[in-house]
Amino acid sequence: MPHRTFLWFILPSLVAMILFIALPIGSVIVQSLFVEHTQVLIVSESCGPFGCTETTSIDVQATAALQAAEPLGRFNGLGTYFDRNHLASLEVSQAWSSSASIGEFFSRLTNLPFYSALAFTMTYTFVVTPLVIVLGLFIALGVNSLPQFAKGPTIFVSLLPMIITPLIGSLILFWMIDARGIIGATLQTLFNDGSLSLKASPVLTWITLIVYGVWHSAPFAFIVFYAGLQTVPEDTLEAALIDGASRWERVRYVVIPYMAPLVVFIALIQLMDNFRVFEPIVGFSAQANATSLSWIIYNDLRGDTQQFGSAAATSVLTILGVCALLSPVLIRTWRDFNRKRA
Amino acid sequence: MAAASQRRSPVLVTMTLAFVGIWVILAAFPFVWTVWGSFKVQADFFSKADWMNAVWGIATTAETGNAFTGAGYEGAWIEREFWRAVLNTGIVVFFTVIISLTFGTLGGYALARSGYRYAFWLLMIALVFRAMPHITLVSGYLLPFFQWNLWGHLPTSIIVLVAINQPFTLWMLHSFFLNIPKDLDESAMVDGCTRFQAFRHVIIPVMWPGVITTGLFSFLLAYNDFAVTAMLLSQENQTMVPKIASFLGTTQVEGQVMYAVAAVVSATAPLFVLIMFFQRQIVSGLTAGAVKG
Repeated sequence: MPHRTFLWFILPSLVAMILFIALPIGSVIVQSLFVEHTQVLIVSESCGPFGCTETTSIDVQATAALQAAEPLGRFNGLGTYFDRNHLASLEVSQAWSSSASIGEFFSRLTNLPFYSALAFTMTYTFVVTPLVIVLGLFIALGVNSLPQFAKGPTIFVSLLPMIITPLIGSLILFWMIDARGIIGATLQTLFNDGSLSLKASPVLTWITLIVYGVWHSAPFAFIVFYAGLQTVPEDTLEAALIDGASRWERVRYVVIPYMAPLVVFIALIQLMDNFRVFEPIVGFSAQANATSLSWIIYNDLRGDTQQFGSAAATSVLTILGVCALLSPVLIRTWRDFNRKRA
Repeated sequence: MAAASQRRSPVLVTMTLAFVGIWVILAAFPFVWTVWGSFKVQADFFSKADWMNAVWGIATTAETGNAFTGAGYEGAWIEREFWRAVLNTGIVVFFTVIISLTFGTLGGYALARSGYRYAFWLLMIALVFRAMPHITLVSGYLLPFFQWNLWGHLPTSIIVLVAINQPFTLWMLHSFFLNIPKDLDESAMVDGCTRFQAFRHVIIPVMWPGVITTGLFSFLLAYNDFAVTAMLLSQENQTMVPKIASFLGTTQVEGQVMYAVAAVVSATAPLFVLIMFFQRQIVSGLTAGAVKG
């Protein structure tokens, strides 16, 4: 296809992506270098017969004028990146020098908002992804051995947790684990502990969110594996059977190697999606015990005093994280591509 | 002989059935429970005494005289004007899907037919864009949109959702167009068609299965979105998902949480219907990307 024709075909989609994905990325980089204006103060001295007093007040008009003239705020360089709410270089170095053990250092580190969000985001991503793959594979093996008439309805039901709006799905589970909801109340009876609440302790909240994540994403892995299973050749399975392989050995040495490319695909998609975990935290109102990178950006942006600079700095750090996460895939694809051309 | 490798012990069969059975319950029960509970009053759905109350509707009978009540739906749809949010969602989703597919088919076709290096790089960049958390992009939009008075309007979020949708749409349609033989449009061009005429008269008639599958996923992305619509729409233009989130702020009042439950069930219903009619397309769409690697 000639360059010119290609350009005309791709133009609408390219313009949309440049305007609303590439430029916003540039925009967060610029915004992250600025912080909100400080309010303009006027010091006025009022003198009376008993001496003079100085009063300081906020000049609302001048503040508004400054805000209108320079909406970005004032230039702060990389200051925002290293403040307490982001990389917190000062606090980290203090924690490092004054902590007796590595454990203490990490516990002090996770008291800082950025690092606690990073800790949850990474834990969520790297716990949910493998669990989803394993559970998805087992469901696929199970469903594949069902009689034909039962497969359709099972797939229908399995699709529900995946297709549901993440916020709505987490709300549905949140209401059930409420101390007065069906699961919450049952757990209380089961452990004979009337004050047991899945929302109170950080550990239980993390587990709840991870269980939600697996519930939400397992169907995706299941469907992909299930389709993959249909392509495993019957001959190879029979050959393995004749050679005396047990059922488990057949799964381990015939089926799983066939699934390997699918595992890479699912892992890639899941890493990307789990890294931006956000809605479950809103749905489960879990922000007291678990925050994610996306959630702290959201938190900076809402409310009356929006902290664009702070949100932008976290966004840049998150984007760097995404790039780091994707870099193995990109490097591999780049090598494959070069090998193909050579 | 074909069935030989399928034969297995009764123990294994039972275990498999039990495992699949547990999964089906895990997947379906939350929905069944919430739909059932949405017709009860709060004292039943969040029962202090015993969750079995929600099954029999003890408090619901005591309060309304009937074991089922539509009070939650009435409160959400009429009193809190949920219908407005439904209408907004309809508008946003409809236009997002139409525009995404138009842009996506043109771009995906070009990417599938161009053998140059830059087509590969565009796909790679699209993959990186696909991985961007939506809220990071939103933090890039907010300040400029406030400055240019674009904030709060439905068209703004439509075009933003279209753009966020593009990387995925391009990938999916690109792999779909690769499956349509090159000869088809090339022979049309030999017969004197321009590239666009070949696309218009030869490719468009055969592309519908792929477009419908891609459209379903565009629909889901726009319908399920929270980050973009919650931050970019003003109060009166809110779509369903942010509206439901805003119900939660006021749930302290007795009975109000049932509004949210009813709204949640209302918002789930279309998705239910969607899977019912398009199960095959959804499954094939999920696997299309995987088969390509």
